[in-house]
Amino acid sequence: MSSKVIHAIYTDDDLLMQAVKQTRQANYHIEEIYTPFPVHGLDKAMGLEPTRIAITSFLYGLVGLSVAVAMMNFIMIEDWPQNIGGKPSFSFIENMPAFVPIMFELTVFFAAHLMVITFYLRSKLWPFKEAENPDVRTTDDHFLMEISVGNHDVEKMSKFFNDTGALEVNLINK
Amino acid sequence: MYTISSKIKLFAVIFMVVGAIGMVYAFLSAPSDIEDVKKIIAEQEHHGDGHGAAATTHHVEENHAGDHAKADAHADAAHDEHDKHAKHMLHQLQNKPWAAVYVAAFFFFMISLGVLAFYAIQHAAQAGWSPVLFRVMEAITAYLLPGSIIVFILLALSGFHVNHLFVWMDADVVANDKILQGKQSYLNVPFFLIRAAIYIAGWNLFRYFLRRNSLRHDEVDHNRYYKQSFKLSAGFLVFFIVTESMMSWDWIMSLDPHWFSTLFGWYVFASLFVSGITVIALITIYLKSRGYLEYVNDSHIHDLAKFMFGISIFWTYLWFSQFMLIWYSNIPEEVTYFITRIDDYKLPFFGMLALNFVFPVLVLMNSDYKRVNWFVVMAGIIILFGHYIDIFNMVMPATVGKSWFIGVPEISALLFFGGLFVWVVFSALTKAPLLAKRNPFMKESQHFHY
Repeated sequence: MSSKVIHAIYTDDDLLMQAVKQTRQANYHIEEIYTPFPVHGLDKAMGLEPTRIAITSFLYGLVGLSVAVAMMNFIMIEDWPQNIGGKPSFSFIENMPAFVPIMFELTVFFAAHLMVITFYLRSKLWPFKEAENPDVRTTDDHFLMEISVGNHDVEKMSKFFNDTGALEVNLINK
Repeated sequence: MYTISSKIKLFAVIFMVVGAIGMVYAFLSAPSDIEDVKKIIAEQEHHGDGHGAAATTHHVEENHAGDHAKADAHADAAHDEHDKHAKHMLHQLQNKPWAAVYVAAFFFFMISLGVLAFYAIQHAAQAGWSPVLFRVMEAITAYLLPGSIIVFILLALSGFHVNHLFVWMDADVVANDKILQGKQSYLNVPFFLIRAAIYIAGWNLFRYFLRRNSLRHDEVDHNRYYKQSFKLSAGFLVFFIVTESMMSWDWIMSLDPHWFSTLFGWYVFASLFVSGITVIALITIYLKSRGYLEYVNDSHIHDLAKFMFGISIFWTYLWFSQFMLIWYSNIPEEVTYFITRIDDYKLPFFGMLALNFVFPVLVLMNSDYKRVNWFVVMAGIIILFGHYIDIFNMVMPATVGKSWFIGVPEISALLFFGGLFVWVVFSALTKAPLLAKRNPFMKESQHFHY
C-alpha cells in the first residue's frame, strides 16, 4: 500500500516554528522535519520526548569506574602486590590516591565513547549509510516538514500549508 | 524595595546574643594556668579505661618518688615529660576559643569576598543572565567591610601576642628555630599587618566603587558608570587573584609555618568561591519565595546550581591535587601536614570530601534537580557546612592539635558571625531597589531562559 505525504518547504526557521505550532493545532501528524541547522525549541514545538542520552552516559561512567577499580585492584593488590617505591599495596584503599587518575580517566572515557556510540546506534548513523534526504536544499537553506496525509482531504491540506507561508507544497507518494 | 522582616531581625539578634554569650563562656572556661590542665588530664585519665587509670597511678608513684628527691633520673624524665605534655595542652586549650572565633570570622568574611569575585567576573564577562541578581550579590558583599575588619582585628591581636594562633609571632620560638628565622623577612608582625591592611583596603575600595557605580547608573541616562564598572571589575580581578593568594599564605598557611604548598592560594580561592555562589543561590531562593525578585526564574537558579556543582568539583580537583602530590612523594617536611590531619582529624578531613564533592555531584548532576528549589537549598546547606569544616581543617590542627572538638566555642562563634552576616546582608538589601535599572544586559537577563 502506498502512503501519501505532503512536503511543505519553508525558507525561514521562524516561519517553520509558526507552521509547526499551527500544524499541531490542526491535528495533522508531522512525520519528520529536515533543517540545515539546529532550530532552538523545535523539539518542544513538535512535542518530542526529551532525550535520555545523558542518563545512559551516567551509567556508562559508572561502568568505567567499576572497570578501573576492578582492574587496579586485581593487578596491583591481588595478583602481584609488589613493593614499588614504597607504595603501600596491602589493600586497595591504602594505595587509592595513586589509582584516582586512572579511575577518573576511564570513567570519562567510557561515558564519552559509549554515549557517542549509543547516539550513532539510536540515530542509525554509520559510514556507508545511504542519505535519507528528501530534498538537497534542506542541507543548505531550506526547511522541510513532512506530514502524513492519512484520511485527510489533500486539497484542504495543501491550502492549509500554503496559508502557513510554505514556499512549496508537494504531494509525494512514498 | 525590600523591607526586612522582623523575624529575620529577631533571629539575627538571637543568634548574635547566644553566640556572644557562648563565646564569652568559651573564653572564661579556657584553662588559665598549668594546674588546671593537669587537673583536666587527670580527669580524662580517670574517665578513661583501665589502662589510662593504671598509667595515672604509675605517674603518681613516680612523681612521689621525684618529690622525695630520690635522685632517680627516670622519674625526673617522666616528670618533665608530664609537665611538657601539660604545657603543650595548655597552649592548645588556650588557643581553642581564639581558633574557633578565627575560623568562623574567616568563613563568613570569605563568603562575601567570594561573592565580590563572582560579581566582578559577571561584570567583566558581560554575562547576560545575571544582572537581575546583581543587587543580591552587592548586598552580600556589604559584609566585606565589617567581616574583613574583624579578621584584621583578630590578626592584630595575634600580632600583639594576645593569643598564640601564629607560632612564628612568638619570639622565643623563632629564636630556637632555624626555619622560621629563614622566613623572618616575610613572616614578621609589622609586614604581616601592613600586607593585611593593603589587601583589606584594596578589596573594600573596589567594592565601594562598584556599588556606588551600580547605584549611580540607575539614576543617569548614559552608560559611563557601567563602562567604569567594567574596567573596575577587570582591575579588581587582577588585584584579587594576587592578594587572595598572598592572603591565603598569610592568614592560613602561616599557621603551619614549616609547611608550604604552591597551589594553596587556588585551593582557598575555590573554597571561598563556591561558598559565595552557594550563598547567592540561597538568598536568591529566599527572596524569590517571599516574592521580591520578580524576574528571577528557575533558569537563573539552574545557572547558579551549575556553578555550585562545577566549582565544587573544581575544589575537589585542587584538594586532591594537593593531597595526592604530597602523599605520593611522601617528603617528610611536607607530608606531616596531612599526617596530623589524618591521624587526629580523620572524620572532618575525609567527611568534608563527602560533603563537598560526593553530595553535590550526586544531587546537582541532574538538570531537573537544579531547578528544584529545595534540592538546591539542601545541597547549598551541605556545601556551606562542608566548607566550614574545610576552614576548620586548615586552622585547627595548627592551633589546637589533638584537643579539637566542635563544642560551645565553635558553635557559638558560628552563631555569632552567622547572625552578624544575616543582619548586615539583609539590612544592605533594604538600601537599594532589588532590580538594578538600565543595565545594558538587564532585558536579556529578565528573559533569560535555559
